[in-house]
Amino acid sequence: MANGPRILILAWGNPGRRDDGLGPAAAAALEALDVPGLKVACDYQLTVEDVAAIAESDVVIFVDAAIAGPEPFSFQRVTPGEGSSFSTHSVTPSQVLTLAADLFGARPAAWLLGIRGYEFDEFGESLSPAAQKNLAAAVGFLRNMVERGDFYGAAAASEAALVDAASKGVV
Amino acid sequence: MVTTTGNLKRVAIDPVTRVEGHGKVTLLLDEQNRVHQARLHIVEFRGFERFILGRPFWEVPVLVQRLCGICPVSHHLAAAKAMDRIVGGENLTPTAEKMRRLMHYGQFFQSHALHFFHLVSPDLLFGFDADPAIRNVIGVAAKYPELAVQGVMMRKYGQEVILRTAGKKIHGTGAIPGGINKNLSIKERDELLKDIEQMVKWSQAAVQLARDYTLKHLDKVATFGSFDSNHLSLIRADGAMDLYHGGLRAITADGQKIFDHVDYLKYAEYIAEEVRPWSYMKFPFIRSLGPANGWYRVGPLARLNTADFIDTPEAEAARKEFKAVTKGKPNNISLAYHWARMIELLHAIEKIRLLLHDPDLQGTDLVVRGERREETVGLIEAPRGTLFHHYKVNRDDQVVMANLIVSTTNNNEPMNRAVQRVAQDYLNGREITEALLNHIEVAIRAYDPCLSCATHALGQMPLVVELVDAHGNLVDRKVRGADSAG
Repeated sequence: MANGPRILILAWGNPGRRDDGLGPAAAAALEALDVPGLKVACDYQLTVEDVAAIAESDVVIFVDAAIAGPEPFSFQRVTPGEGSSFSTHSVTPSQVLTLAADLFGARPAAWLLGIRGYEFDEFGESLSPAAQKNLAAAVGFLRNMVERGDFYGAAAASEAALVDAASKGVV
Repeated sequence: MVTTTGNLKRVAIDPVTRVEGHGKVTLLLDEQNRVHQARLHIVEFRGFERFILGRPFWEVPVLVQRLCGICPVSHHLAAAKAMDRIVGGENLTPTAEKMRRLMHYGQFFQSHALHFFHLVSPDLLFGFDADPAIRNVIGVAAKYPELAVQGVMMRKYGQEVILRTAGKKIHGTGAIPGGINKNLSIKERDELLKDIEQMVKWSQAAVQLARDYTLKHLDKVATFGSFDSNHLSLIRADGAMDLYHGGLRAITADGQKIFDHVDYLKYAEYIAEEVRPWSYMKFPFIRSLGPANGWYRVGPLARLNTADFIDTPEAEAARKEFKAVTKGKPNNISLAYHWARMIELLHAIEKIRLLLHDPDLQGTDLVVRGERREETVGLIEAPRGTLFHHYKVNRDDQVVMANLIVSTTNNNEPMNRAVQRVAQDYLNGREITEALLNHIEVAIRAYDPCLSCATHALGQMPLVVELVDAHGNLVDRKVRGADSAG
């Protein structure tokens, strides 16, 4: 992996709001694996300064909690896109990719891992049991992908297959 | 946040953008279809105060960061200041106070840079009436890439300062009751010094951009969402702007002092909170003036108005120019928040530069302890305004009472006034037009509301505007941003 692609895991969420902490929990688990060549970053939310780190990466995996969608997680390509917001201080993965391209000429391959959560509307520091299971599946999935160095391959592979595998929880 | 797009071929993902609710505005019309009241609804989440109860007091400075993903450092420091008093350690060592200040200025720098470059500059560069599809950070990146890069790098620099003082970008632990748990190593200092002059230059340019815009469009800016108000902030003993510590000063719209150098431990004797049936968020006011006249503004504009001077040369020169516009009187122009915010950005980076050259940051005397107390208050000037943390702690070290007044709550009434003024000026007939939506957005944005502290709503951050006639009938409703970033 030392000479492989520069991989950035970019996770976000608030561990003080139950399953919203799925992103940080995934980041912590992946960081503990100490995989060579893998850079893990975590914050409360995706923000514009993340563009700088994205611009220095070949592959970016965004990781966030999902309030709906497939269980245990979903995995899909993300491409640059537009969007506007009213007053938020956060941006979307598509927006930061656009900024990385516009400002730094960087076009990393990017995916979004959405780990399904269930309990969001309260303060609390623990993940729900179902979310914990989904987290384990998602981390295993990512670990396998990273260790196989398969992200570049994944770019060429059928996106549908990836999505399908993810939606079935194939790890 | 990625949302379901309607493209059924895509996997439906709805990741959570946990920090924002929605901004809902209700415009109430009278019989003549004139706006007689505007209500900005923000769902304040009081649950966090209950969440803290029973927790050991020393956990609180870390715990409260989870209240908000936008200004966690401000909550971290306000809580730490409060807990200093619990352990009798409020007289910090020079190393501890300067490390905290460095962290705080880093927070100001990144927060103000983000707000200005990525939320406000589109309004200023493209005009309030420009298509929202263009009037955003992506549009700025396309047309003014140099400016957009500056915003990214300034925000990043502020985050680096936070990382090196708080220990982590997320859940920093740098401030602890009675002090700090780390100093700044020479290596860390030198890393931060590498880019400092560039940051100062960009900050100077940002002040110029905000000033030029304000002066060039002064006719429109002066009346846009504007109104007279009281102003409140912390102030240093000699009257200087102080973002970290001081006494409370409140002034009237024309600059008369309502109170001055008030020990913030006694804040409850001077400030009260009114509850209104239509809003979950309280309305703070100055007790001596009552709820009708005692509401006030906080944040950059208020701080520029209350301060006698700024103790860094570049920002002080900018302050004098700012004050000249209103001939030394308080500035009550809502859109002047942007200029004031950039003056504070410059002040913050000047302070960071001074601190990085201060050898006290490499000191090793980090914590003090003294007489144990059971009740405490910590105040700080957060980027959006004065932030109040009030706690009681029992003999078993558990928090038994918590009351927080966040900056956005302090600005509750002013934001309503700004929206009302804009609606009165721009509502034409009984229809919510794109122009009206644009102008309401711009007015609210001037206050940089941090809805994350004040709401528990999860999901996206649309702006919803409703028009209600004198008989309570919904006449029109428009939503913006429902399919955009949260």
